[in-house]
Amino acid sequence: MKYMMLMSSTKAEFDAYVNWPREDLAESVSFMRSFAKELEDTGALVLTMGLGFPNEAKLVRAGADGDPVTDGVFPESKEFLAGFWIIDVEGPEEAYRIAAKASAGSPSLHKKYGSQPIEIRRLMDSAPQEWQ
Amino acid sequence: MTDELSQRSLEHLLRDLTPQVLATVVRRFHDFDAAEDAVQDALSAAAQQWPWKGRPENPRAWLTRVAFRRMVDHIRTESARRRRESEVSAQIAYAQQLAFADSSPEQDDTLILLFMCCHPSLTSASAIAITLRAVGGLTTAEIAHAFLVPEATMAQRISRAKQTIKASEIPFQMPTSDERVQRLRSVLHVLYLIFNEGYTATGGNTLRRDDLSHEAIRIARLLYSLRPAEPEVAGLLALMLLTDARRLARTGPQSELIPLDRQDRSLWDRPQIAEGTKLISTAMRQGSIGPYQLQAAIAALHDEAPRAEQTDWPKILALYGLLKRMSDNPMVNLSHAIASAMVNGPTAGLRLLDEIQGDPRIAHRLDAARAHLLELSGDRLGAITFYRSAASKTDNLPERDYLLLQAARLSDVPTTPDNLRLKTSPHNPHTDA
Repeated sequence: MKYMMLMSSTKAEFDAYVNWPREDLAESVSFMRSFAKELEDTGALVLTMGLGFPNEAKLVRAGADGDPVTDGVFPESKEFLAGFWIIDVEGPEEAYRIAAKASAGSPSLHKKYGSQPIEIRRLMDSAPQEWQ
Repeated sequence: MTDELSQRSLEHLLRDLTPQVLATVVRRFHDFDAAEDAVQDALSAAAQQWPWKGRPENPRAWLTRVAFRRMVDHIRTESARRRRESEVSAQIAYAQQLAFADSSPEQDDTLILLFMCCHPSLTSASAIAITLRAVGGLTTAEIAHAFLVPEATMAQRISRAKQTIKASEIPFQMPTSDERVQRLRSVLHVLYLIFNEGYTATGGNTLRRDDLSHEAIRIARLLYSLRPAEPEVAGLLALMLLTDARRLARTGPQSELIPLDRQDRSLWDRPQIAEGTKLISTAMRQGSIGPYQLQAAIAALHDEAPRAEQTDWPKILALYGLLKRMSDNPMVNLSHAIASAMVNGPTAGLRLLDEIQGDPRIAHRLDAARAHLLELSGDRLGAITFYRSAASKTDNLPERDYLLLQAARLSDVPTTPDNLRLKTSPHNPHTDA
């Protein structure tokens, strides 16, 4: 079963992250890398990507003529996707276990900053089954 | 182990033979699109059969024969559709006759093929894909993997490239001497892009794209073997070798970026540096200097310094000065500013950065360079601002991590009136250079 794990943060949380002390920032970077490596080693990882920071984000709508109209102003409360993982696992329990790891980060980060909610979604990629 | 080795040597052999076989088929049938498919079929037949049946005595002739047979099948199918039997059967007879003749390799064919794949009418993404497949002998799946796109997407990109080549009616022949310089420049540019794609992409543990750099070097070597007297060809190959030689030192155990001045130079590939240095010295003596030679000469100067502090910055600055006059490359302007800072102090470098500020092609690099020079000049808060600004603009994760950590390193120091403007920075020994 394939799942997508999404990590989101508000603009304020992004700004706070950028201002973390160097030690914590280094710990977080190191955790994210070893977490991806671990997923890869266990054969669960399909794809993972980090996203650019929200200050570069744009909202695009089609104008009356169909041309793009871009807007870069967002409400303060808006959550932005920070990154995602796509994993291929046995079932939901394993997916939740992995998501909890991502949510906690390293033990010291978990203690200091609490846990980060991870949204988990099924991927619609199974083969269609015939009704009998 | 032996199996793995012979598997690898088989792959290398097939890749090396690809352009020769393809060129022969294109020359005979004048249909690049179909010829390319036929050769891919022949390659996969070889990969399946040779390990079991043993390698044929003349692998090139074997592949050519199989590809010719595929072409005959292709023409038959097409003819059934178009009902042009008589014309086609003549073509088939000709093809079958040729298939058993072991024509000697025509060296320039590979070069013509390279010119064709790097034709200026193709977008660079298309040219890269078709070059890797037709000249590099990579499968669509391998290319797709290297560029992190689905195989179907890459297949489309390749098929569109082939259509463009077909539509533009590029003849399968050497460009005229008028065109030669311009066309060679396109080829070198495509190879340079392939190399950079592999060199700059180090996106975490799951994404390894080093192979692209090695492919670029392999094709550049091939090109150099065909045109050893072109100084820019030698220059590009030298530049690739001298840059790639630092690969192992460029990233730490967690694939974090390590800048040039802090790399463990004992990890640099000395034989490769020696090869690149020899190439570039010979090329430059020929007296026709071009941008790739200059960049290779700069890379050689970095590689020759036993320690970062012993880098010959005045010479590098002079070379960037020459390079700047030759090309409108924003990265060159940026490097020129940094070299100037190393020779004349950070203020001189910052002044040069002001001149190129706002070039959107290198926005995050400009900010990173400014941060670095501000730090050298002692403006800690300014440096923090620009490191973070650069981090928010880059699209490479290890690079973003590196820039954020640089900012954090500086902001960890408590801000007091005394250290607001640091006299020297702890991590950069060339402050007073």
